[in-house]
Amino acid sequence: MATRALLSSKTLARVVRANAASHSRGLHAYTLPDLDYDYGALEPAISGEIMQLHHQKHHQTYITNYNKALEQLQNAVSKADSPAVVKLQSAIKFNGGGHINHSIFWKNLAPVREGGGEPPKGSLGWAIDTHFGSFEALIQKVNAEGAALQGSGWVWLGLDKDLNRLVVETTANQDPLVTKGPNLVPLLGIDVWEHAYYLQYKNVRPDYLKNIWKVINWKYASEVYEKESS
Amino acid sequence: MNLLSPSTAASTYLSPSAFLPRHLHGFSSATLKFSNKLWRSRKQNTLNLNTERKPPRCGFNIGNNVEIDLLLEKRVIEKMLMKLSRCKRKAGWNKINAKLELKPPPYPLNALEPILSQETLEYHWGKHHKTYVDNLNRQIDGTDLDEKSLEDIVVISYNKGDILPAFNNAAQACMLVIAWNHDFFWESMKPGGGGKPSGDLLKLIERDFGSFERFLDKFKAAASTQFGSGWAWLAYKESRLDVGNAVNPLQSDEDKKLVVVKTPNAVNPLVWNYYHPLLTIDVWEHAYFIDYQNKRTDYISVFMDKLVSWEAVSSRFEQTKALILQREVENERKREEEEKLKSGEATAEIYSDSDVDLDAE
Repeated sequence: MATRALLSSKTLARVVRANAASHSRGLHAYTLPDLDYDYGALEPAISGEIMQLHHQKHHQTYITNYNKALEQLQNAVSKADSPAVVKLQSAIKFNGGGHINHSIFWKNLAPVREGGGEPPKGSLGWAIDTHFGSFEALIQKVNAEGAALQGSGWVWLGLDKDLNRLVVETTANQDPLVTKGPNLVPLLGIDVWEHAYYLQYKNVRPDYLKNIWKVINWKYASEVYEKESS
Repeated sequence: MNLLSPSTAASTYLSPSAFLPRHLHGFSSATLKFSNKLWRSRKQNTLNLNTERKPPRCGFNIGNNVEIDLLLEKRVIEKMLMKLSRCKRKAGWNKINAKLELKPPPYPLNALEPILSQETLEYHWGKHHKTYVDNLNRQIDGTDLDEKSLEDIVVISYNKGDILPAFNNAAQACMLVIAWNHDFFWESMKPGGGGKPSGDLLKLIERDFGSFERFLDKFKAAASTQFGSGWAWLAYKESRLDVGNAVNPLQSDEDKKLVVVKTPNAVNPLVWNYYHPLLTIDVWEHAYFIDYQNKRTDYISVFMDKLVSWEAVSSRFEQTKALILQREVENERKREEEEKLKSGEATAEIYSDSDVDLDAE
């Protein structure tokens, strides 16, 4: 069962142990972040089975492979093996991107009883109305882009820091939002890989996109927005 | 940032990534949003789509009208159509009076148990594949292409290189390819499959990969490292150099070889000229999620061990060889004709540099 991600002595001990293990090589080993809610807490929008598989299998695999790739990269760099360094880039992009994206994704979700699905108020709510016309228009746009995305990828609500405006973007595979622009900050990301919804929604991605809004954690998105838009 | 393409009246949007260097196989990573306005032909003329019609709408995995984002270049789409029009698959596309039909796999849906469950096939064929064919039907509904077989549609639309406006929507080409890929996929498997090929195909595998085991390793690696959705293929590559398909000046039989390639999303190696697919495995998550969840490598191993229909692969191999031979003979013939023409012209162009009539002498 997922535990609360408070800075308890257990969490602290785990962090220290992880760091100690990699400290000898000077390499930080990434670990699977805990969810702030139980696997079954997002039902019926997202089933507990999907959440468990998604978190414990998919995300964990990305982290494992990311750590492996980084270690190989460190070896290659120290041996000045340029071909190996270049060859590892796609694995790092894919697995590292997967880790980044999913870490954001878990924070983007919250059970209904903890505020999941409540539309944003404050500056983010106002910004959405300004840039998209209305909250419903934003949802429609994100759903349209998400449904039209071919294959695997993510659909994002991001903040363009330079222009100080909100954007809806899609990225392919596990590319993080920065690959679409270095000044883009992700506020909200929705995973539209098939593994994110297949067991429950099968091939009907639009239904998944319609229902996920009920468990979106706008509080987190607002926090990030307020921090980055100042 | 939205950039307006300079020669269109309005709505063709290119993202900044359109100007990035192209991928090895000729795809740019631009995303083109298609509107119902303009589509440039190969000869750079603007063609007006029939604007009275509703904009062509199609999407993957959806039932409603949504514009589709495609990661395909126009050039790639043209090649796809050209290749598919040459592909002589008789049983593939049913010619019936009404719409295109969804062709079932050549075995019952539970025949691949326990490797691929009936549930998987029911969803993969019954929902995904069916959606692609339905979308394609919806695309061609009401156009001239209605009530023709898929192969005819491809041939007519390609129109010897001058793509018809009726096939203006790259989404149609995409649906076509993805439906074709799935047919190809079902026929690449059979209950009780696996094992090794025999005869010429095995010899060629051993020549081009070293051994059958090394081919297996290479194929499995390609399928596992196709990040995201896509396909892995065993294809027969004609005698072409590896750089931009340049013509090989010193052609030999050794240059015709088997290769393992991987493609993303809906791409088919047919579009890269001179590749002939023989075998494919679908590594979109929907192909294995129900049975293997995230363990793609297990799915690939068991596919190669127990599902591959080497008979199908061998027969495609024979067909490909025959096709290539036929094309070579035709090319020879054309070349000879051209030479004759040239030598004929040469005599006509000799001018006498005096007024004397040669015949009178």
